[in-house]
Amino acid sequence: MNFRTPITQKDIEKMRAGDIVYLSGIIYTGRDQAHKKMVEAILNKEDLPFDFEGQVIYYVGPTPAKEGRPIGSCGPTSSYRMDPFALPLMKKGLKVMVGKGDRSDEFIKQMIEQKAVYLQAVGGAGALLSKKVISSQVIAYEELGPEAIHKLEVDEFPMIVTYDMYGGNMVKDEVEKYRTIEIEK
Amino acid sequence: MRKINSSLITEEVKRLALDANCDLGESFIDILRKKIKEEKSNIGKNVLEQIVENDEIARTEKAPMCQDTGLVVCFVEVGYDVHIEGDLYEAINQGVREAYEEGFFRKSVVKHPLDRKNTQDNTPAIIHVKLVKGDKIKITLAPKGGGSENMSLVKMLTPAEGIEGIKKLVLHTIFYAGGKPCPPLIVGIGIGGNLEKSALIAKEAILRDVGDVNPDPILANLEKEILDEINQLGVGPMGFGGSTTALAVKINVYPCHIASLPVAINLQCHASRHKMGVI
Repeated sequence: MNFRTPITQKDIEKMRAGDIVYLSGIIYTGRDQAHKKMVEAILNKEDLPFDFEGQVIYYVGPTPAKEGRPIGSCGPTSSYRMDPFALPLMKKGLKVMVGKGDRSDEFIKQMIEQKAVYLQAVGGAGALLSKKVISSQVIAYEELGPEAIHKLEVDEFPMIVTYDMYGGNMVKDEVEKYRTIEIEK
Repeated sequence: MRKINSSLITEEVKRLALDANCDLGESFIDILRKKIKEEKSNIGKNVLEQIVENDEIARTEKAPMCQDTGLVVCFVEVGYDVHIEGDLYEAINQGVREAYEEGFFRKSVVKHPLDRKNTQDNTPAIIHVKLVKGDKIKITLAPKGGGSENMSLVKMLTPAEGIEGIKKLVLHTIFYAGGKPCPPLIVGIGIGGNLEKSALIAKEAILRDVGDVNPDPILANLEKEILDEINQLGVGPMGFGGSTTALAVKINVYPCHIASLPVAINLQCHASRHKMGVI
């Protein structure tokens, strides 16, 4: 399935856990320190770096771009570290979060309530994923270096729907298919 | 006494860091290629294909294979008959500094763990020095990513918990880490010593050659057994489900106190970057 940003509620309704999707258009980067700053801005009723309505945040801290390239390697970072910051951003209209790895039950509950979606890109495939980025521009928190917020234009960026708004959980389903050993809680 | 100028150490560290971040080496990529065929999940196969394509691009274009170009860990073996002209630690950090600038690598180190200001040059490295026989310096350098390091741990088990306790801890750790440490993994296990020694030998374990065989037959067998059980967890490539959760298990052991059974688990992601050089 192909989608173009901004993402509408209809688009979110179409996405089901396990679907492979290709995203094109504008997405924004953000990780630990940028999330902390954005949530502080919301609490202090200050302006946010961009309008969150229907937008996509990609959890990434890229390597610096070599000459002639828009960006360096840019694979996803672990998403669970952004769990404590996700709800205030979703309440501002954020619809799609992209990273790697599982997230907390608390996050999943909030995400379903906000009718948002969580997707994963392949972790450690930063050189390959950099080929899907057409342009990159730092738009906020430049002092954070790799953690600054970049506005990226991407073309058919490959992702997999991990948690959908209906409670579908790709990770749980797929892991259980291949698990053949007992595991204690 | 052989004199070695510290500038030679800087050069070697720089060369190793530039190489390690971009080139996994043909034999390691080949192991990943073989796993594409063996993987039972189609999504898992697709993930492994993306990883192999990524690693090939990184090699060809001399681009970092992962945006997390890591905190640099350096194991340095210095011969008793070597006299270093200059500062060993500063020489290593200078090599890191130059490599991370020239290689367009990400600077991922903060000066203070609480105020979290970036040092902007990826220093300092974590440096472990060992004195050995001879008149050479051997440097093993590993840029270590945050994702897999964050899922690593040390646990003080009781001697009664034994091998079963160790297995349970390893399986539990890897299952609940899921995709976060970026599987398929190299699993380093340090058993024995004390709190810090177990962690150190677990780190050394992930730096062993992926295809080596443990000289201790009991450990060689245990490595095989634990690898087999890990791959039954279903976690799969990047935690998307499948039969390839780990590529290897490496166990290092050390004598310990009669009351203790320290166990450290150091996870290494599929970007298993380490290079060795001798001066």
